Amino acid sequence: MLGQDLSIIAPELLLVLYAAAALMAGAYSPRDISRQVLWASCGLLVVVGLWVGFQSGEAQYAFHGSFVSDGFARFSKVLILFGSAATLALSVEFLERNNLLKYEYPILIVLSVVGMMIMVSASDLIVLYLGLELQSLALYVVASFRRDSLKSTEAGLKYFVLGALSSGLLLYGASLTYGFSGTTDFAGISAVIGDDQLSLGLIFGLVFLAAGMAFKVSAAPFHMWTPDVYEGSPTPVTAFFATAPKVAAAAMLARVMFDIFGGVVSDWQQILALLAVASMFVGAVAAIGQTNIKRLMAYSSIGHMGFALTGLAAGTEEGARSLLIYLAIYVTTNIGVFAFILNMERDGKPVTDISSLGQYSSVHPARAAALAALMFSLAGVPPLVGFFGKFFVLQAAVNAGLVWLAVLAVIASVISAFYYLRIVRLMYFGTAVEPLDGKMPMVHGALLAVSSLAMVIGVFNLFGIDDVAALAAATLVQ
Amino acid sequence: MNSLLSLVTFLPLIGAVVLMVFLRGDDEMARRNARMLALFTTSATFILSLFILSGFDPSDTGFQFVEESEWLGGLTYRMGVDGISVLFVMLTTFLMPIVIGASWGVTERVKEYMVAFLLLETLMIGVFCALDLFLFYVFFEAGLIPMFLIIGIWGGDNRVYASFKFFLYTFLGSVLMLVAMIAMYYQAGTTDIEVLLTHEFSSEPLNFLSLTIVGGAQTLMFLAFFASFAVKMPMWPVHTWLPDAHVQAPTAGSVVLAAILLKMGGYGFLRFSLPMFPIGSEVMQNFVFTLSVIAIIYTSLVAIVQEDMKKLIAYTSVAHMGFVTMGIFAINQQGLDGAIFQMISHGFISGALFLSVGVIYDRMHTREIAAYGGLVIRMPAYALVFMLFTMGNVGLPGTSGFVGEFLTLAGVFQVNTWVAFFAATGVILSAGYALWLYRRVVFGDLIKESLKTIRDLSRREKLLFAPLVVMTILLGVYPALVLDIVGPSVSALVDHTQTAIAAGTTTLAQH
Repeated sequence: MLGQDLSIIAPELLLVLYAAAALMAGAYSPRDISRQVLWASCGLLVVVGLWVGFQSGEAQYAFHGSFVSDGFARFSKVLILFGSAATLALSVEFLERNNLLKYEYPILIVLSVVGMMIMVSASDLIVLYLGLELQSLALYVVASFRRDSLKSTEAGLKYFVLGALSSGLLLYGASLTYGFSGTTDFAGISAVIGDDQLSLGLIFGLVFLAAGMAFKVSAAPFHMWTPDVYEGSPTPVTAFFATAPKVAAAAMLARVMFDIFGGVVSDWQQILALLAVASMFVGAVAAIGQTNIKRLMAYSSIGHMGFALTGLAAGTEEGARSLLIYLAIYVTTNIGVFAFILNMERDGKPVTDISSLGQYSSVHPARAAALAALMFSLAGVPPLVGFFGKFFVLQAAVNAGLVWLAVLAVIASVISAFYYLRIVRLMYFGTAVEPLDGKMPMVHGALLAVSSLAMVIGVFNLFGIDDVAALAAATLVQ
Repeated sequence: MNSLLSLVTFLPLIGAVVLMVFLRGDDEMARRNARMLALFTTSATFILSLFILSGFDPSDTGFQFVEESEWLGGLTYRMGVDGISVLFVMLTTFLMPIVIGASWGVTERVKEYMVAFLLLETLMIGVFCALDLFLFYVFFEAGLIPMFLIIGIWGGDNRVYASFKFFLYTFLGSVLMLVAMIAMYYQAGTTDIEVLLTHEFSSEPLNFLSLTIVGGAQTLMFLAFFASFAVKMPMWPVHTWLPDAHVQAPTAGSVVLAAILLKMGGYGFLRFSLPMFPIGSEVMQNFVFTLSVIAIIYTSLVAIVQEDMKKLIAYTSVAHMGFVTMGIFAINQQGLDGAIFQMISHGFISGALFLSVGVIYDRMHTREIAAYGGLVIRMPAYALVFMLFTMGNVGLPGTSGFVGEFLTLAGVFQVNTWVAFFAATGVILSAGYALWLYRRVVFGDLIKESLKTIRDLSRREKLLFAPLVVMTILLGVYPALVLDIVGPSVSALVDHTQTAIAAGTTTLAQH
């Protein structure tokens, strides 16, 4: 029994063992091996990603049903692993130049990835909480990784305080759910609920659980930490925040909703729809005034999470599929955008003001074109891939009878188009400023190119991701 | 030649990619190569598209040259043309070489400029050929990107404002259409336009907040599509982006905008609104008539007082599009024939008018009407060409402009005499603004010092105008050229729509 359990969590186990070993190696090695550790972590994440990706078969439960490995979890894990590997690869140059390259950094990232993998595989409230906290604790530390910077420290502290609050909300919800159902096992709670009306206690449980998780996906009105943390953290950390943890949190939210409250969709549909609308509009409107590209991307991610939640709010298999497709596209796009942002430099100093992009296209036409493609994709203009993400979400919402939600979503996407276009405008029609002179390392150039080309070429068949996502969604929604 | 349509559609894209990847440098040679390659690609596209026209059988009212293959997410890639769309494809491929030729004077970022126009051509042809709902949407929306860049990079002084206004206006219009499209997909279970054309969407009255929506889902979907097409068209009161976009766009951009992009709205009404939501169209008929008549009269009056030539022509475009929407919603043979004819003819005439403005703008760098006068003395050839198109714009018999206006008026007269009456005043007003413009620019004494050395049309410019002159007169004296092709498809469309309306009215009466 134990052997089988361990084989199911083998990928997570491998990462934990690696993290422990790397920590020892880093601590006792006579030389500085940070760079090697970082690349080894990056490679391992890719390998584990491929491993998980090529697993197949029925859903497998470990540890008395508290941990599940199914298609949905695998899809999310692949996204998390590849996304983290890419952001790790992006971070080397930046960390080195700012004297931040320490061996703890990749290890913390790997540990938080383990936490995320547990989050998306959790099938028990306690396991879910453990995964969430493992992830969050690692993230709090990397947010304040630039110890001598006031802003970075502030970001870490802010993230920690608000994160602890949200964990408290989540725990409160979990305890209420446990109290009114008598078990922490998802399947068990779901059986108690059945298709009936939720009891008052469980409704409270649901609301608090949703609120706690909404904080993690940075859905409005629980988004306040996002811009500050994005701005204050070192840019590679921001890139990481914008990708993998968002996927993990959204997937966890989906699992809780479908696995625990799958019988009472109409009860949580309205909560998610409200969160979705609020996020989309906050993301769209608040970003207009931003001049710092990191803050802008923070609001952008709030808006995009709103869209992802719109798909989830449909409460159908189609909705879960659209959520997965949306997340995959979102992660790919953001990696490209951050590969660009990491190279916004002048005289060796990072620049985050978007006005520094004035007439960028005449200095670096290729990079400008790549970023323009990514921006149009984020805005959801066809034929770029971002449009198809929005399309599947809207389709799920309309088919679930949420036409009003779809209409609000498209209005928000028009508003948000404004600030994505503004970046294109600056690069192509803006007034010339002293050009950015950051040298782009090959890895960044490659990731930027791959990401932006994927936005264009994906129009042919989305790289088949829609079929895979459909299979994954089918394992979640029964 | 089963993939002829795809070939015609994507040939410009191939040209664009070749330009983008293989052309290096920014010296005079590279610029020349970029221009030549773009001209070559668009000409080749035009020649290829002639095969479509010659292989097209007008008596068949269904779709021809149909292609189909799998696409992502359960959608299909379907292309095909019928009597209505084939002419728009031809219009596009015909005008594009002229547009490229008109851009010979562009010296800034020539490569990117040509890439943008080639890309735009692919997307425009795609719009007219797409037979899948979402394929249509992708082409329809994607056109915004190159146009946004064309206005923004190569436009006039206030280009940033104009490009944003253009983008956001049209984007807002079309995303609502997207929601309606998804709802259609949900109701009908398919995105195949050919099937959707015969699908009857629900027209049960809906109750919403104690309001009864006559025509139900059809009316709502109609309105969502209307939001998109009316902005694109553009109809009063959502036309305000057009003058800004036109004034700021480079000459070639204005030509494409007026001659082809505006036609997408009209094409959309013909392809979607009428056949798919006949009840909705019936319910909204008077509303559209009202907007059309206001557009014709109001924008004609606005045109008269314009100081800027491009703005003036932009407003006349709005007025002419008013005739088109009016003709379409007459829902009879003459009305629709006239509307399509008017769109084709407006493509030539307005394109030529913007080119004419471009000619003197290139020389004097101003579009102020007051800065000109007496051009006929120095530029006789120009005066002749400009007069021909001015007359076309007025709708003088013998030019193509007359046929379209006359047919739409004849069509609408059978439905609503008052609408025809008010719209006819637009013809008079058009004589006012067009002739007055002509008088102020071309006639009078040549007193302005700066105009004393202005040169007449160059060989290249004459070559650009020649095909447009031929088409304007040819269609004016022999309109059957167009009407024979559109006739059968239009009559099938009218029959279908009228039957559906008749059936719908009886069920509505039973309720």
